[in-house]
Amino acid sequence: MFGDYSIGDLASIFAMQGFAGLILFSVYVLMALGLAIIFGQMGVINMAHGEFMILGAYVTWLCSEFFSTHLPALFPVYFFVAIVLAFCASGLLGMLIEWGLIRWLYKRPLDTLLATWGLSLILQQVYRSVFGPREVGVVLPDWLLGSLSLTDTIEVQINGLFVMALTVLITVAVFLIIFRSRFGKQIRAVVQNRTMAGAVGIDTEKVDRLTFGLGCGIAGVAGSAFTMIGSTGPTAGQLYIVDTFLIVVFGGAASLFGTIASAFSISQTQSTLEFFLSGSMAKVITLLTVLGILMLRPQGLFSLKVRR
Amino acid sequence: MATDNDGLQSRLRRQLLLGMAAAPFAGLLPRTAFAEIPPTSAVNTTGLAVTDTEVTVGILHSVTGTMAISETGSVQAEKLAIKQINAAGGVLGRQIKFIQEDGASDWPTFAEKARKLLVNDKCAAVMGCWTSASRKAVLPVFEQYNGMLYYPTFYEGLEQSKNVIYTGQEATQQIIAGLDWVVKEKGAKTFYLLGSDYIWPRTSNKIARKHIENHMTGTSVVGEEYFPLGHTQFNSVINKIKLKKPDVIYAIIVGGSNVAFYKQLKAAGIDMSKQTLVTISVTEDEIDGIGGDNIEGAYACMKYFQSLDNPNNKEFVSAFKEMWGEKTVIGDVTQAAYLGPWLWKLSVEKAGSFDVDKVAAASPGIEFTKAPEGYVKIHENHHLWSKTRVGLAQKNGQFKVVYESPDLIEPDPFPKGYQ
Repeated sequence: MFGDYSIGDLASIFAMQGFAGLILFSVYVLMALGLAIIFGQMGVINMAHGEFMILGAYVTWLCSEFFSTHLPALFPVYFFVAIVLAFCASGLLGMLIEWGLIRWLYKRPLDTLLATWGLSLILQQVYRSVFGPREVGVVLPDWLLGSLSLTDTIEVQINGLFVMALTVLITVAVFLIIFRSRFGKQIRAVVQNRTMAGAVGIDTEKVDRLTFGLGCGIAGVAGSAFTMIGSTGPTAGQLYIVDTFLIVVFGGAASLFGTIASAFSISQTQSTLEFFLSGSMAKVITLLTVLGILMLRPQGLFSLKVRR
Repeated sequence: MATDNDGLQSRLRRQLLLGMAAAPFAGLLPRTAFAEIPPTSAVNTTGLAVTDTEVTVGILHSVTGTMAISETGSVQAEKLAIKQINAAGGVLGRQIKFIQEDGASDWPTFAEKARKLLVNDKCAAVMGCWTSASRKAVLPVFEQYNGMLYYPTFYEGLEQSKNVIYTGQEATQQIIAGLDWVVKEKGAKTFYLLGSDYIWPRTSNKIARKHIENHMTGTSVVGEEYFPLGHTQFNSVINKIKLKKPDVIYAIIVGGSNVAFYKQLKAAGIDMSKQTLVTISVTEDEIDGIGGDNIEGAYACMKYFQSLDNPNNKEFVSAFKEMWGEKTVIGDVTQAAYLGPWLWKLSVEKAGSFDVDKVAAASPGIEFTKAPEGYVKIHENHHLWSKTRVGLAQKNGQFKVVYESPDLIEPDPFPKGYQ
């Protein structure tokens, strides 16, 4: 398998392959973080997660159109504005949905699965009617395109670096919010014991709404970032949903650390196998491995001890 | 003699006066009265939805669900063709009325709607389907109820039915001429085959591999790989391509994966001026989503490009944009869908009947000279003779035609030596 290549070739390929794995890891973390918050902290199975991501992608597209026609001078930095707006748009829609739909279903977690699945179909058709059934092309500023050449053969994609940086930023922000802020304390209190949390004066309904909004907002940011590497169309959200659930469930539903650990192990397995086998086989083997581990350890990699 | 002469003249004069008197009323007669309209009982012996003034056809595509992105163009083209045929007097003097059904990107739904169009609506013909899966789902329905389907997509071949006219190219038509071109023009020796993991890319790559290995000299396949539909991460395979350095990347990736693939290829710094990328799955429609920047410099093998420079196509493009908006683009399948209603009209007129058996029998040999792609002719096997062209993708989302096969290529849905 390696006979034909020089040591230099192999070294650079391993370097690039490692980098490919890291990009995939960042992408997975970004996808799964929002869902992990909603699923892990609230117990709501949000099948419309992909559609919240695509809302972020469409906001990015609208921004790129707006900046290129009205503010061409600021076009190089529009992406930052787009990310913030994507967070706000998806977050607000999330809170609206929580208020109108999800809060009636907290006692029936399996029904949230059906309700949010229906919601995802509705949102897809709304996108199709509003933005058209065809994919839209998001134009990126020039500085996000292309790659840095470290040596003659090792090249690092700039948009990959951007996604990695964004992932680190969002992850740190989420950890600060959940583990260091007053609001985070309230979220954790509600997760551990809803009745007691209410009894000590925490507005549990408000906490629910903001948590759901936060999760959806992060999905919006992910969607915005993925316009660099994937497609933006009414049904593009469906491309991510299976992987996202896989990561959250494998990591242990209630643990953010678990999510990150599982994103890391799945992405590395996937990208290494993909290099040695074909794309389809890599997916099959990854899924089988995850399935095997979940059979032995149904609670996932990490599990939080919760008083029910 | 004189009397006779007088009599003749007066008779002539009388007829002339009569004719002049009648002339103003001629405009009141129905326009169609001038073309001899055959009676309905003669042109419709099998109970199809044909009246003295109208004939009903079906349009069956997905306008919701994943496939809406691709099938919208086909619906638009078919409606345009029907409008134009009606403006030109219809078929056998009858205006075409269409009933549109939504397959909703779901194959059993396609079968159910096909049954509805044939059994309840008695459609004389149906323009529809896009994916091979949807065609396979409706095929038994069309054969059972003896309907007529005009199928627009380029596809993998290995099928032929009395009840279907395939207006797109089958795989060998699309693939072989393109491979010959890239070997001759670019001196390509090594190929890396990529595809989405389902029947069309796999069958097409099988044909490509057989051609590369058995029918050309000095050429080889250095890799072949498939990805699940919806796959969005291509960095690993791009690294493999960098390692193996093939002369040609032969890509048959579809749907949302397509966009991810080209964006990541571009970001990884694959230079399409050094490595030739040939695809048979990217039309102008797909470039809309991929972005011209990302795919500039790639080659596509198709039978039609919007930029084709011929009078038929110019007329077609302007009519299409007038009806559906200046921003719409027209891809290969959209053009093939446009052929459907026209080929049906010509076949019906040749048969002198709407009866499906007679239309099917009359179809082989039908020539359509006004086709935007040039000239097409229906083969005995119900596929079309057509040319294959290679287009170079431009930044503005259009293709520049760099090669055109000199002759029409014979359709060969069951190619010997390629299976």
